[in-house]
Amino acid sequence: MVDLTSPVHDRIVDGPRGAKPKSRLSRRNIFLYGTLLLISVYYLLPLYVMIMTSLKGMPEIRLGNIFSPPVEVTFEPWVKAWSQACTGINCDGLSRGFWNSVQILLPSVILSIGIASVNGYALANWRFKGSEVFFTILIIGAFIPYQTMIYPLVILLREIKLMGSVWGLVLVHSVFGMPILTLLFRNYFTSLPEELFKAARVDGAGFWGIYLRVMLPMSIPIFVVAIILQVTGIWNDFLFGVIYTKPETYPMTVQLNNIVNSVQGVKEYNVNMAATLLTGLVPLIIYFASGKLFVRGIAAGAVKG
Amino acid sequence: MTLPAPSRTHQKTKRPAQLFRNLNAKFASIPMILTALVVFVGGTTWTVVHSFTKSRLLPKLDFVGFDQYERLWSSNRWMTSVENLLIYGVCSLVLTMTIGFTLAALLDRKIRFEGVFRTIFLYPFALSFVVTGLAWQWILNPDFGVQNVVRGWGWTGFAFDPLNNPDIVIFGILIAGLWQGTGFVMVIMLAGLRGIDEDIWKAARVDGIGVVKTYVKVIIPMMRPVFVTALVIIASGIIKLYDLVVAQTNGGPGISSEVPAKYVINYMFRAQNLGQGFAASTMMLLSVIIILVPWAYLEFGGKKRG
Amino acid sequence: MNFTKKMMTAALALAASAAHSADLEVTHWWTSGGEAKAAAAFAKAVTEGTDHTWVDGAIAGSGGTARPIIISRILGGDPMAATQLNHGRQAEELIEAGLMTDLTELAEAEGWADFVNPTALLDSCTLDGRVYCVPVNIHSAQWLWLSHDAFESAGLDVPSNWNEFVAAAPALQEKGIVPLAMGQQGWQQNIAFAALTIAVVGVDTWRQVTVEKNADVAAGPEYAKVFEAVVDARKLAEDSNVQDWNLATNMVITGKAGGQIMGDWAQGEFAIAEQVAGEDYTCLPGMGLNEVIDTGGDAFYFPVVDDLEVKAAQLEMASILISKEAQVAFNLAKGSLPVRGDIDLSTANDCMQKGLKILADGGVLPSGDQNLSADTQTQIEDLMAEFWASDMTAEDAQGRYASIVADAD
Repeated sequence: MVDLTSPVHDRIVDGPRGAKPKSRLSRRNIFLYGTLLLISVYYLLPLYVMIMTSLKGMPEIRLGNIFSPPVEVTFEPWVKAWSQACTGINCDGLSRGFWNSVQILLPSVILSIGIASVNGYALANWRFKGSEVFFTILIIGAFIPYQTMIYPLVILLREIKLMGSVWGLVLVHSVFGMPILTLLFRNYFTSLPEELFKAARVDGAGFWGIYLRVMLPMSIPIFVVAIILQVTGIWNDFLFGVIYTKPETYPMTVQLNNIVNSVQGVKEYNVNMAATLLTGLVPLIIYFASGKLFVRGIAAGAVKG
Repeated sequence: MTLPAPSRTHQKTKRPAQLFRNLNAKFASIPMILTALVVFVGGTTWTVVHSFTKSRLLPKLDFVGFDQYERLWSSNRWMTSVENLLIYGVCSLVLTMTIGFTLAALLDRKIRFEGVFRTIFLYPFALSFVVTGLAWQWILNPDFGVQNVVRGWGWTGFAFDPLNNPDIVIFGILIAGLWQGTGFVMVIMLAGLRGIDEDIWKAARVDGIGVVKTYVKVIIPMMRPVFVTALVIIASGIIKLYDLVVAQTNGGPGISSEVPAKYVINYMFRAQNLGQGFAASTMMLLSVIIILVPWAYLEFGGKKRG
Repeated sequence: MNFTKKMMTAALALAASAAHSADLEVTHWWTSGGEAKAAAAFAKAVTEGTDHTWVDGAIAGSGGTARPIIISRILGGDPMAATQLNHGRQAEELIEAGLMTDLTELAEAEGWADFVNPTALLDSCTLDGRVYCVPVNIHSAQWLWLSHDAFESAGLDVPSNWNEFVAAAPALQEKGIVPLAMGQQGWQQNIAFAALTIAVVGVDTWRQVTVEKNADVAAGPEYAKVFEAVVDARKLAEDSNVQDWNLATNMVITGKAGGQIMGDWAQGEFAIAEQVAGEDYTCLPGMGLNEVIDTGGDAFYFPVVDDLEVKAAQLEMASILISKEAQVAFNLAKGSLPVRGDIDLSTANDCMQKGLKILADGGVLPSGDQNLSADTQTQIEDLMAEFWASDMTAEDAQGRYASIVADAD
């Protein structure tokens, strides 16, 4: 099986090897670029339509077509989506969901990566009897439909009194993020030169000493990849958010679905689209800002499915 | 994804073997052990066991044999869900693989602006299914979306209304699913293509084999592991299909776009029939096993021989 | 800025708790325009009538979406202070598991049994002689809502019953008006089915099937007429492609559709659109054929909590919700009927007056929620969702309906 976390992977983003092709208007090139441009339209269209719709007023939406740019640009739908849209008698828009998502995100990312990096380190350098068995269970667990574990987790969270709280959800994210992250760190630590570990052992460093002083400083890149993976994954989660939280602590995706589906009077498509874009903004920013690393992250996260 | 044993397993014996030496590592692995045993093994077993009970709102160990399964398979909604998942699954597998590979191959033709195209094809993957579903719900809206626009161009008989037509609604979801997921398969394929030796291409050129033929006859067979990986990943993702449907159609019109994952959640919480929900989730688990076992056998069974 | 705001809220909450007040999280699924207004009326009554704060936990997407969330939180040991649930069998197991607060003492002290009308409402809050919920309104689902605009533009009189409506449909279609607006969701289609049932076969036969679960009657010739009526209605609703009920109501309000079969809560939407009953729209209880209404409705349950202050506050809240003032304010906004027989509702509009009159005449039925378990309800809704959205024949649908009734518990 291909190792998607290995350096070979960087080649995706480094581009093909060999000389750049001569630029000329050959039939091959027209076909090639033509196809690529056409496909690009399919991928870009939804984003374009969402942005255009979110900048129009409702009368214009009713009359015009969805592809035409707004005659009169208005930012009101954005303001409304962020701070005024209603669910029931709460009319504070998506902003609440945004802050909830931030509150869920930070501890989840830190906890899940903290646990998984230590797991990966133990599996790579301190294997003990049975460690591989647990690891295999963990990896198989990544493929089990969440539906078979949802209810037992409700009971579990009830027993430890975390049901409905942000911490309960943090725990759920850490549990379900563990397989892929552990795999990621295990493979990375395994690829580090053995001599480093040996030298530290000779110097008398222990489990935690080596982890903190030798391994951590060397693993910044993989941590960045893991962070990207987790931030987008947790931000985009819907299922766990809807089951393990309550309306007060709903993450942004759940609240988005609520706002869009709770219609008071007429459906305000422009507000809905602005809300949808706002929710997608965080992962999009991470995507465009991280470029290369995002590609590595999702390729590494392949197992998460 | 990779599952090879760490490359230096052979050095394990050189390390201190005493039990207590590894206490720290064991201590540090407690979260992993708990997750593996309590949540993954324990939770799954619990669900499977309770699928044989008549638990309603609260889980009870009141065994009824296969009653829940009988009811499940005689339920029209479940059959529709399974049928939808099969249609979606097969189409999604074939199309994602084809489109993903084609895109990767096109990008691998030493083109200019590769980065730009890659960014465009991949960005939907950063978005959640909820966002994806809502975006496409809007584009496919019959009164304002594509149908309306095409009619506005003068083609008044044009009908493209997948989200309100029970016969084709699943394809409306498929369009959105493909939009979100193909970029990701493209990346995996691209990784595979870049891993192929340049000399192969040179050799093919020397032999005068055409580009398309080289892909079909030489490159694709060489990329078998990549295809298998992609297949397993897509397949296990398809079974989990839930958020997209909830956001885009919520199972409608009628029950025509229901999927198994939604059936589970609905029966567990809404119909207050836990047993039925557990039976449905056990079936989902079973289908995952059916996908995983042959794959694991191929991948790891083969390795032992080597 | 947000931080300061949070600090302020926290400080306020601290200060408030000194005065024995509690934050009462209340979950419900009242999210349409009229419903939200009604919820706000309750919130106002609670906030003004007690020292406690109503923390709104609205969950969008109708009861089907909200109930699971509410129930899993109660089961998960993180109960809210109060929650809307349709009374009847939905909460049965929760009560049996001891998760719901017993309100019997309050109910006896305030004499709920004396003024709750019809008494069936209190009965469905009662299990083994103990009261566990506060009924807050009476909702009936057997209403046909008609748009005057639509019929006028087709040059027709507004129909006075379902049969006339069906007869008028072709003329509406000629004008490009959708005869019947129908949200494509199982529960809405089930409401239409139930309303047609009572209109077509009458109360007694309906009772044999829904209350006594007689599968033979359900499979019999009388019920066959019901399923044929649904097939007719399905044709009338062919061009209706909205999902949410209030969007369907909106089609009637704007004259894009001739009518809609929906519960009396639709009235809230007409009110928000500033339409007047009898002038802009007409409502026909029991589809104009069998003038009966069911007595389903919403009720509030109070999950058992540990916090003593919340415990006390729950009882105060229960008392407020059933008080005269709150009942009037809430029900006028929601378009439902109050649960008290002793209040003056002269300000109510034409439709509510019709409902009150039927109530006074005793034309009441128990609602489906009280007869069927959530499991059976879900199965019927699934069947209806499929029946309405496909070209399933009346015979097939009837056969499957009968088998669900046979298995019902």
